[in-house]
Amino acid sequence: MTVGPEAGVLALSGRLDTQAAAVLWPKLMAEAAGGPVVLDLAGLTALDTTGATLLLTAEAAGHGNALRGAPPQVTDVLDRVRAALAAPRPKPEQRLPLLARIGRTSLNAGRGVLDGIGFIGELALVALGTLLRPWRLRGGEVLRHLDEAGTRAFPLTLLLGFLLGVILAFQSVIPLRRFGAEIFVPNLVGISLLRELGPLMAGVILAGRTGSAYAAELGTMSVNEEVAALRIMGVDPMALLVLPRVLAGILVMPVLSLVLTLAGLAGMALIMGLFGFPLTTVTQQLSQWLELSDMLGGLFKACFFGLAIAAIGCRAGLGAGRGPRAVGDAATAAVVGGIVSIILLDGLFAVLYEKIGV
Amino acid sequence: MSETTVSAEAVIRCEGIAAGFGSNILFRDVTFDVKRGEVFVILGGSGCGKSTLLKLMIGLVPPLAGRVTILDTDVWATEGKARLELLKRIGVMWQQGALFGSLTLLENVEMPLAEHTSLSAAARAEVARAKLGLVGLSEAASRLPSEVSGGMLKRAGVARALALDPPILFLDEPSAGLDPITSAGLDAMIRDLSRTLGTTFVVVTHELASILAIGDRCIMLDKEAKGVIAEGDPRRLREESTQPTVRAFFRREAA
Ligand SMILES: Nc1ncnc2c1ncn2[C@@H]1O[C@H](COP(=O)(O)OP(=O)(O)O)[C@@H](O)[C@H]1O
Ligand SMILES: [Mg+2]
Repeated sequence: MTVGPEAGVLALSGRLDTQAAAVLWPKLMAEAAGGPVVLDLAGLTALDTTGATLLLTAEAAGHGNALRGAPPQVTDVLDRVRAALAAPRPKPEQRLPLLARIGRTSLNAGRGVLDGIGFIGELALVALGTLLRPWRLRGGEVLRHLDEAGTRAFPLTLLLGFLLGVILAFQSVIPLRRFGAEIFVPNLVGISLLRELGPLMAGVILAGRTGSAYAAELGTMSVNEEVAALRIMGVDPMALLVLPRVLAGILVMPVLSLVLTLAGLAGMALIMGLFGFPLTTVTQQLSQWLELSDMLGGLFKACFFGLAIAAIGCRAGLGAGRGPRAVGDAATAAVVGGIVSIILLDGLFAVLYEKIGV
Repeated sequence: MSETTVSAEAVIRCEGIAAGFGSNILFRDVTFDVKRGEVFVILGGSGCGKSTLLKLMIGLVPPLAGRVTILDTDVWATEGKARLELLKRIGVMWQQGALFGSLTLLENVEMPLAEHTSLSAAARAEVARAKLGLVGLSEAASRLPSEVSGGMLKRAGVARALALDPPILFLDEPSAGLDPITSAGLDAMIRDLSRTLGTTFVVVTHELASILAIGDRCIMLDKEAKGVIAEGDPRRLREESTQPTVRAFFRREAA
């Protein structure tokens, strides 16, 4: 590819293919924007569509620019690309003014909240319907989800709970020892695990393992139009897909919470042992100071955490948009939504338990 | 080379290739040439190994035996830079489109340009717009693949395959699942590109109308015979073949 000398005329010769066009592009566009130039194509031996795009873009870049002398072997390509470029450009998305954007965002947020309430209502209706006709619930599905969300989460839950107990006990035993109050470490760790940390950490595990999985699974199904296919077959996706998952979430959370708490207490007992307190002292301390209501309060709350996490995961999946990115977005929304919701619920329960004196 | 005319130069050579998965042999001893500038059709029933043959030609599925040469390069013996050079000279439209779902159609076409040329962003966008125009998709440039119809997806697949103006394009079932009008439009586009750009096309298809409309030459694979049962001009095969499966295929009869 070479460029000839004549004033106001650029003579091109040789092959103008993609590689040549890429090299020539900046130079030629600078010339073309500068003043009227005539591109003499007589010497071209070959032209591909990228080369043709360069010539036509250069021609359009300045007033009075022109192409001349195209040899027969390149005219077809040139004409074809000219037609291709002649189609109107797609209009860029109109950017709304700031105020309108704020308005739209808040409208969308409001709609999201309404949708969420609608989803809960729909779920409640389906659940009531299933209560009246319990044989319609797919037991096998529920068992599968109990296994996936529950038993398979035990190793992680045990590990996390044990570590949590060890850390809590170790961090509190050191300052308390200065006052000779190490004996109260079991009370401290026991209360925090039973009432708060057990359900919360189990909730984080459920949101990370299961909420995201629900969103990804249902998200892929809606992206592939499987959910639409179900609806058209007259099968309610709420009953078939959501209800078993939510039920599994509700049932599995107290168990996970209990497992985590017990593992935590074991970790705490280990640390106490290292500091010279026998196991009997620890259990005595626990049974003396902890009440059954502490544990039941924690487990009751855990049921609601499970409900929220599973429902948010399913909703994120069913509401997924189109394309592969939608599935990733749904999984993220499920985990973030799940964790935020258990924190909010935890606050609510704190107030509630305070009022009724549990 | 023994061919007499210049246009009969072979750009792809397959010699004695066999393919299969595990104990499932799909075909063996398949030999053919694809000549510069022609539209070469690979046809045959579903599951006879057309897509596998195509993937074997572009170096994705290893052959059990035989040799594939594209533009004088042995596909299965080159590595590194030479392989990259070869890959730049072929374009592929996949059976399912395989467009990147998180990119707009324009960005999909820009991607190979960004990877393999020194074009600036603005120049790339302009070139990509031209390629989309070539397949009649200018209007849909800023849409995502999930937002366009099946026919548009296939066209966008062709536009992306065209990005680097490769001399050889492989198309896997361009018209499958499309209505006859859209499918005919796609056929016209293939003919048009073949005529104006001189691109060589290797097209996998089992749509009879399309084979007759675009094919210069074809080979027909068969599941039972585990190999090529017919080769030549599809229009002549329709008139003259005496092979029962070929006759059944071209005359739409039950074999
Ligand atoms: N990666 C693979 N592993 C195992 N078997 C495969 C694989 N790809 C294709 N097959 C099998 O090879 C056969 C031919 O497949 P394919 O080439 O896609 O057929 P066609 O495109 O002609 O419809 C099919 O029976 C398919 O199941
Ligand atoms: Mg196929």
